[in-house]
Amino acid sequence: MRNRPLAIANGSAVPFGDIPQFETSIFLETILDATAHSWNVSAYFGMPDRDETTLLCVLTRHTEGVIWVVGAKTREASFPSIAAICPQVQLFEREIAEQCGLKFNRHPWFKPLRFHPSLVPGRDAWGRKSGEQPPVGVMDYFQVTGDEIHEVAVGPVHAGIIEPGHFRFQCHGEEVFHLEISLGYQHRGIESLLQGGPHPATLRQIEAIAGDTTTGHAVAYCMVMEALSGIRVPPRGEVLRGIALELERLANHAGDLGAIAGDVGYLPTSSFCGRIRGDFLNMTAALCGSRFGRGMLIPGGTRFDLTEGERDDLLARLAEARVDLAGAVNLLWDTPSVMGRLEGVGHVPLQTALELGLVGPAARASGIKRDIRNDFPYGIYRMTNIPVASAFHGDVCARTMIRWQEAQKSMDFVEEQLRQMPAGNHAAKEPCSVSEGKIAVAMTEGWRGEICHVAVTDASGKFSRYKVVDPSFHNWPGLAMALREQQISDFPLCNKSFNLSYCGFDL
Amino acid sequence: MTDTIIHLLAVIIVPPLLMGVIVKTKAAFAGRAGAPCFQLYYDLFKLMRKGTVFSETTTWVFRAGPVVTLAAVLVASLLVPLGRHAAPISFSGDLVFFVYLLGLARFFTAIAALDTGSSFEGMGAAREVTFSCFAEPALFFAFITLARLSNSLTLSRILTHVTPDVWLAAGASMLLLVGAIFIILLAENCRIPFDDPNTHLELTMIHEVMVLDHSGPAFAMILYGAAVKLFVLGALFVNIAFPFSTGNSILDWGIFIAAMLGLAVAIGVVESVMARIRIVRIPQLLVGATILSAFAMLLMLR
Repeated sequence: MRNRPLAIANGSAVPFGDIPQFETSIFLETILDATAHSWNVSAYFGMPDRDETTLLCVLTRHTEGVIWVVGAKTREASFPSIAAICPQVQLFEREIAEQCGLKFNRHPWFKPLRFHPSLVPGRDAWGRKSGEQPPVGVMDYFQVTGDEIHEVAVGPVHAGIIEPGHFRFQCHGEEVFHLEISLGYQHRGIESLLQGGPHPATLRQIEAIAGDTTTGHAVAYCMVMEALSGIRVPPRGEVLRGIALELERLANHAGDLGAIAGDVGYLPTSSFCGRIRGDFLNMTAALCGSRFGRGMLIPGGTRFDLTEGERDDLLARLAEARVDLAGAVNLLWDTPSVMGRLEGVGHVPLQTALELGLVGPAARASGIKRDIRNDFPYGIYRMTNIPVASAFHGDVCARTMIRWQEAQKSMDFVEEQLRQMPAGNHAAKEPCSVSEGKIAVAMTEGWRGEICHVAVTDASGKFSRYKVVDPSFHNWPGLAMALREQQISDFPLCNKSFNLSYCGFDL
Repeated sequence: MTDTIIHLLAVIIVPPLLMGVIVKTKAAFAGRAGAPCFQLYYDLFKLMRKGTVFSETTTWVFRAGPVVTLAAVLVASLLVPLGRHAAPISFSGDLVFFVYLLGLARFFTAIAALDTGSSFEGMGAAREVTFSCFAEPALFFAFITLARLSNSLTLSRILTHVTPDVWLAAGASMLLLVGAIFIILLAENCRIPFDDPNTHLELTMIHEVMVLDHSGPAFAMILYGAAVKLFVLGALFVNIAFPFSTGNSILDWGIFIAAMLGLAVAIGVVESVMARIRIVRIPQLLVGATILSAFAMLLMLR
C-alpha cells in the first residue's frame, strides 16, 4: 500500500487500482492536514457496494495546481465525521450519508440533504424505511429562542420566477441571527441516471444538470470522456469550446449585474442588462443553434464549426455588446445611491471563505485567488491566460465588481480567440471507446466557479460511479454565512450576488 | 358648485393616470416602451370582475382593511383644495383631521396585514408603522408653518394662502417646506428610495408585503386607494410648490392637472436615477425631512 496520495493532472485518467486506499484514520488525517494547508475538497463521495463502502476524496491545491485523490474503504455502518473541524466537508458528509446510508458520527448538522431514499436498499443513515420517498424539507431546523426572536420561513414557492428552495431565518427584529437553507426540491437523480453509462442520452443529461451552466458541465464531461478514451481535441475544437464557455459566463454575468441593479431598484442598468444578456445568448445560438449552448459539444471536440462569415458577424456583435454592457454597468459605479446599497452588505470574510471552501466569483470577491482556468488549466486555457480578478471586501459590491471585471476579461478573450482561430478540424475523427477500470477527474471553471466531475469505470468500460460537484454545492453555505448579523431585507440582494443554482445542488 | 363637481371628478378619475405616467416615465429612462398610461384603469376593471379569496384564519378585520383604507383616503381628498379652489369640506382644525385620516388608513392596512398571521405581513406592518412615526412629525411641522403663515387652521385656507408673493417674502422657509413635503410624498406613497413598488421580493417590501393576501375587488380597492393617496399628497405638494393662479376657474383646473402630471414625471425621474436606500437608513432620511420642516417653522417664527 502506498502511503502518499496520488497526484494527477486535470482532465486525466489513471487505473483505479492506483488510488491509495488508506485506513480510516490516515484518510481523515490526510483530508484534515490538507484543508488546514489551504487545500480544497473538490469532491468527496462514496461508492456503495454490497457490504462495504469505498470513499474517495479529490483534494486540490490551487497554488501549485495539484490534484490529489485518496480513498478509504469501510465495512461499518458508521464513519467518523470531521465536519466540526473541517466545515468544507459538512455537506459532502451529509451527501455520502444520504446516498450510501453511511452514518457519520458526531456530525454537527446531520440532516438529509436532498430527501431521497438511499441508493443502497435497506441501508439508511436515518433509519427511514426503504422504498419510501421522504417528504422534502421536513427536518429539524436550527432554532434560536428567546424574547423578540422570530422565525421567518421563505419558500419553497417564491414570488419571483426562480427555482424552489426553503430558507429559515432566525431573526431578532430585522437582524438575522442564523439562516438555514434546505434544498432538494429539484432532485432528479442525475448521478443514478449516469451510472452504467455512457448512454446515448448521457451528454443531454449532463447539459441539464444546471441549465445556465450547460457548457461548463458539458466541457467537464467531454474532458472525462476524452481522458478515458485517450482522444485528443484538435486546437480549433478547443478554441470553440473556450468561446462557448466564455459566452456562457458573459450571458450570466450580464444578466446578474442587471438583476443586482433590479434588486436595489435601479432601473436603467436592470433593463439594459436584461437585453444585453439576450445578445450574448444569441451569440451562443449563432455558434450552435441553442441560446444555452445545448448540443454544442461532443467528446472529441464540438459538433459545429464556425465559418469565416459567422466569425466576422460574432466579432461585430461582440463589439456592440461590449459598448452597451460597459455603458449599462458603469452607471452602477457612478450612482452613489447604488453604491451605498451594495457596499458593506453580505460580508463574507476571507477566513470564512477559506474554511467553507468557497469557489468561483464568490471566493475571489473574498480574496481567494482561485480560478480553475488559471490554476488547473485545461483546453484552450493551457495556451492562453485569462487574468484572475479578485477583491478583498467580500461584500455584495465586491461580488458585483468581480462579475464585471470577469466579463471584461472574457470579452477580451473571446475577441482574441475569434481573431486567431486555428485552422483544421473542430472535432477528433476517432470514436470514443471508454477504457476499463479507470478513474478520471475533470475540473472546469463554470461561470459560478469550479465544476468537478469524477468518473470511475468498471471492468466493462461502463461508469460504475459518476460524481458531479456543481459550484453551488460549495457556495450555498457561503450565502448562509453572508446573512449573519445582516438585515433580513438584504437577503434578496445577497442571494442575487451569489446567484446559486438549486438544480445544480439537487442534481 | 361646478368646482365641487370638478373636484369630485378629478379625485375619482385622475389618480390612476398619475401611476400610469410614473410607469411611462420610468420605462422611457429604461429604454422601453412601457405599459400604457391607462394600464391601472384596465387592472382595476380586471380585478373588480374577479372573485376574492379569503384565508380561513382571517377575521372581519382583514375584510375591513381595504374598505376603511379607501374610505379614509377618499374623505381626506375632500379636505385638500385643488387648483386654487377651496375644498368641498373645510372646518377649523381640519388639518389634524386630515393627518389622522391618513393615519386611520395606515392603521387598518397594518392591522389587516397582522390579521393574516403571516410572518412577511407582520414584518411589513412593523416597518410601515415604524417609518410613519418618523414621517408624521415632518408633516405636522409643515402644517404648523403654513398655519402660522396664513393665521388659519383650515387646509383650504392655509394651502390657497400660498402665493408667489408669499414665496418672495418667505422663500427660504418655503423651499425647506417643499423639500420636506416631497420626501414625505415619496415615503408615504412607498416610492423609491423608500420602497420599491415593482419588487417581487417579499423580504424587502414595506407596503406591498402588507397587501399580499388581498385579491380581486379588495385588492382593486387597495390599488385605487394607493393611487388616490398619491393624488392627495401630490395635490398638497402642488399647492405649495406651484402657487400660481390665473383667476380663471377652468384655466386653474388645467394648470393644476398639468402640474400633477408634471409631479408624476418628477417622481418617475427620481425613481429612475436612484436606487432604494437600505431599510435601516429610511428613518434617517425621514428625520432629515422633519428637521427641514422644523427649520422652516423656526425661520417663520423668528
